[in-house]
Amino acid sequence: MIVVQHITKSFGDHDVLKDVSMTFEQGKTNLIIGQSGSGKTILMKICIGLVDPDQGVVTFDERPFSQMKEKEQVPIRKEMGILFQGGALFDSLTVEQNIMFPLNMFTEMSDKEKLDRVNFCLKRVNLENVNKLFPSELSGGMVKRVAIARAISNNPKYLFCDEPNSGLDPKTAEMIDELISEITHEYNMITVINTHDMNSVLAIGQNINFLYHGSLWWVGNKDTILHTDNKELQDFVFSTRLTRRIIK
Amino acid sequence: MLTRLGDYLILMYQTFRVPDKMSVFRQQLNLQFAAIGLDSFVIVTIVSIFTGAISALQTAYNIDSPFIPLFMVGFTTRQMIILEFSPTVISLILAGKVGSQIASEIGTMRVTEQIDALRAMGINPANYLILPRIAAGLIFNPILIVFSIAISLLGAWGACAITGVVAPNDFAHGLQSWFEPFSVYYALIKTVVFAFIISSVSGYLGYSVEGGSVEVGRASTKAVVYASILIIFFDLVLTQLLLV
Repeated sequence: MIVVQHITKSFGDHDVLKDVSMTFEQGKTNLIIGQSGSGKTILMKICIGLVDPDQGVVTFDERPFSQMKEKEQVPIRKEMGILFQGGALFDSLTVEQNIMFPLNMFTEMSDKEKLDRVNFCLKRVNLENVNKLFPSELSGGMVKRVAIARAISNNPKYLFCDEPNSGLDPKTAEMIDELISEITHEYNMITVINTHDMNSVLAIGQNINFLYHGSLWWVGNKDTILHTDNKELQDFVFSTRLTRRIIK
Repeated sequence: MLTRLGDYLILMYQTFRVPDKMSVFRQQLNLQFAAIGLDSFVIVTIVSIFTGAISALQTAYNIDSPFIPLFMVGFTTRQMIILEFSPTVISLILAGKVGSQIASEIGTMRVTEQIDALRAMGINPANYLILPRIAAGLIFNPILIVFSIAISLLGAWGACAITGVVAPNDFAHGLQSWFEPFSVYYALIKTVVFAFIISSVSGYLGYSVEGGSVEVGRASTKAVVYASILIIFFDLVLTQLLLV
């Protein structure tokens, strides 16, 4: 379990996160939702140790990750898989080398074992025969799938996804959502997803945390979110023309 | 200015650590040998041939005293090439080619979250990205400079032979006169210092990019400008320290 306790973060006079506490559960897709500028990305960066909080602590299975020194964090970092918004694949490496990268750095597997693992991960994200392609030769959806394959290559306990379907067409976005959800259940991981896409929220939101102006405003799941009487959440949920038309 | 210097020193402290995995470091080093070293041979060859040829011709045309023997053209050209042209001019050329390449590569990795990805995985990005580039520069630039000296002297000899301003035998006699091996050591010491400046300053400027493609472009330009200024400055300092 990942526990976020009383996290506060400011940049100058601007309070980005105000005493935020939440829990991410094992085997579930945990969502952080909110409008742009609500503090989702900073919260995720604090969770994965790219930004230090001003106050508060993030614990991974009772290990106080955010209070550890950089060197002490390394074993926990090796248990993380991270899917960045743009994929963050290494441009100079092929798809195969990208997925093999964590295996090269953190395991003593033989070349054959590594290649088998790469092919298994690629198959798992429904991609085959792309081993020798470079990231610049892939479509947006393929980049995300390769990034997921890289994130899961080292069997992570924790999977973090920052807006995994941003910039994708609705069908590909749905496929990415399904893939993340399947992988989460299959490997019993703790998955944390940053999103403002209501399709994702309604499809895979098992534990939803709504951030509003840097504060935790609402906690629930995909079944309760449509029946909320929280005005700010209602504004967020029904902010698209499509959802408003369906509700009418 | 002081803040930047402090940031640079902190980055160098993070860079000079034992690599997380030696086999991966060796792979990266080989890639940088190709990118920084082998890919620079063509430009080094072209610049060196012409620099050598021009130095010889300028020297020959400016010696109009009958009391100065013609073999002095060979001697003067050799000294100019070994002491200044090859180590300094070629390093300035490499600051443009390699420096901008390093800054733009690392800067692009910064703005596309590739450096964040490395850090989040528990890898020291400065060590992984900058150390192989510095090591490749320190090892390969002296090779390039020795090659440049040889090619420049060949260019100088060729120019004299083709134009006939100095007889090839006289030129060769001058090349061999009063040779002091220390002048080559001096050139190599300068080259190593300049290689460190080029790779570390460019690495720092790329690593500290914030923003998007415009900032990557600016970092790339700054890398060339700062590295060139530092090369000229340290050229003066080293000349004073080593030749006095």
